Amino acid sequence: MSVLVYIDTLNGKIAKSAMEAVQYGSKIGTTTVITNGSIGERSLAELGAVGASKVLVNRDLASDDAAQTARLVKAAAESINADTIVFSQDLTGKAVAPRVSAALKAGLASGAIALPDSDGTIKVNVFSGKAFGKVKVNTASRVIALTPNAVGVEAGSGTATVEEFSADLGNSSYTIKEVKKQEGDILLPEAELVVSAGRGLKGPENWGIVEDLAKSLGAATACSRPVADIGWRPHHEHVGQTGVAIRPNLYIAAGISGAIQHLAGVNGSKVIVVINTDPEAPFFKAADYGIVGDAFEVLPKLAAEIQKLKAQN
Amino acid sequence: MKLLVCISKSPDTTSKIDFTDNNTKFNESGVQYIVNPYDEWYALVRALELKEQTGGTVTTITVGGAADDPVIRKALAIGADNAVRVDAEAGDAYYTAFQIAEYAKANQFDIIFTGKETINYNGSQVGGMVAELLDQPFVSLATSMEVNNNVAVINKEMVGGVEVIELNTPFVVSAAKGMAEQRIPNMRGIMAARTKPLEVVAPVACDQMVSFETYELPPAKSDCKYVDAENMAELVDLLHNEAKVI
Ligand SMILES: Cc1cc2nc3c(=O)[nH]c(=O)nc-3n(C[C@H](O)[C@H](O)[C@H](O)COP(=O)(O)OP(=O)(O)OC[C@H]3O[C@@H](n4cnc5c(N)ncnc54)[C@H](O)[C@@H]3O)c2cc1C
Ligand SMILES: Nc1ncnc2c1ncn2[C@@H]1O[C@H](COP(=O)(O)O)[C@@H](O)[C@H]1O
Repeated sequence: MSVLVYIDTLNGKIAKSAMEAVQYGSKIGTTTVITNGSIGERSLAELGAVGASKVLVNRDLASDDAAQTARLVKAAAESINADTIVFSQDLTGKAVAPRVSAALKAGLASGAIALPDSDGTIKVNVFSGKAFGKVKVNTASRVIALTPNAVGVEAGSGTATVEEFSADLGNSSYTIKEVKKQEGDILLPEAELVVSAGRGLKGPENWGIVEDLAKSLGAATACSRPVADIGWRPHHEHVGQTGVAIRPNLYIAAGISGAIQHLAGVNGSKVIVVINTDPEAPFFKAADYGIVGDAFEVLPKLAAEIQKLKAQN
Repeated sequence: MKLLVCISKSPDTTSKIDFTDNNTKFNESGVQYIVNPYDEWYALVRALELKEQTGGTVTTITVGGAADDPVIRKALAIGADNAVRVDAEAGDAYYTAFQIAEYAKANQFDIIFTGKETINYNGSQVGGMVAELLDQPFVSLATSMEVNNNVAVINKEMVGGVEVIELNTPFVVSAAKGMAEQRIPNMRGIMAARTKPLEVVAPVACDQMVSFETYELPPAKSDCKYVDAENMAELVDLLHNEAKVI
């Protein structure tokens, strides 16, 4: 199998979800990576450690314009005769993978969470993570958009060859007036550890204890929808059916009741810890560990214990 | 401006999800259908606001059977001028996109709106495919949008932040949270919706590229282990040594 993996390196680094996509591809077949951006040749060669044989880099693409990116991926796919094209189902993947699928007439399995089965079907998320479907692709080649954090990455020691790749990208479809980078070090969709809080926290002035716990863990912060709606927290932190869907290794939820729409965005988490004063809160049914208690007392205590653990190690 | 809004139906967000026929079909019994929230709250309402500002028409399009009509009437009640239903069970995303693109080719819209994703299949596929089939720009995950004299300024989500872009119509845009506020249809809207045109058109032949073979539910969660609120040392120990996540 000839596999092409698209990764976005525009902001100068290789995201974890990109490494996941490369390693996923390498388990299917000989993997070529196509990427954009200003990242150095040496860092690109390191993609060999997660399974890439070759990295094609295009330095003309200056934005995440879906039309141009799709043209680039299509040209690369044709040049290596790819039968499988892998994207991470991140914000760029969501915009570009469907375009590439339609342009190449290659069926798209979107939201994949596992490698293709021996019969070729691919397991994907459906119903906002409340179920899985097995997708069969009926076309000669296929596009797979991989859910971030669904498969792990293990780095080996290989190196990849790096080649410049040019293609006719056509005109950009839009001009970028401004880029507002999100503050904070850990991006929620990629985070392995997440501390989240809901209306039980009573007001935005109380978020210090949530941030302290997140800091002690090295976790990202998240919130329930009403909290973002009232403006206590920024919208990009809202998780759930209508917010961000996340799959961290650990999700700690304090003062969140656990409505089904909230669960839809977080029930892919490996371990869920729920802190709630109400022992009847529905969230406990979805929890691995539960603490019936007041978040205002529990969160600082938990942060202190985590710091103790970190100090020992 | 001529605006087209892609409307899909989805199970109510509180629906119980399970499957029948050897796990090959979604069990619809007792399921209430709603307008897919992204399509209704964000795409449709922003389209209506633009029409109110600059004039024009808002048409909705749905690929689906007659069972989708109540959901389409809801979109009309909220304020769309007219609706089109392509009379076919929506197949895969490509089939759906192909139908929408064919209709759009024949009718020339300034902006085509989709929702961010359907909450049942969550593909985020249809919008990008429509754009590719029409060879138009695709603006994915817009959180706000202003249009003046056929020039749009859009805030869109990007990896690690927000980007402000400018482009000319025509284009395809997918609407995410922030684009608009939900509108509750009033009695007048509901009455008017009954008589607004809902045109049913025949589908165009198109092969499906993917199919769903089976479905499964996630394994049942094992019982929640309770830890005393006074004993956070125990919780940390469990997370470190038992769950091995920290
Ligand atoms: C179509 C639709 C889509 C939706 N999408 C989403 C979504 O994507 N994400 C989302 O989150 N919601 C979503 N919702 C809203 C959802 O139904 C719930 O209303 C929401 O999740 C509740 O937020 P909450 O748990 O923060 O607040 P509440 O339901 O008010 O719960 C607060 C909880 O805090 C507990 N509490 C109070 N004080 C304390 C304390 N001192 N210490 C500890 N616990 C305390 C209470 O016991 C309670 O369980 C959606 C709703 C609809 C209709
Ligand atoms: N059957 C359909 N008819 C009309 N529009 C649809 C249909 N299915 C999906 N869409 C539109 O495409 C968007 C993305 O859907 P999806 O690719 O399934 O996540 C939805 O939010 C709708 O706006």
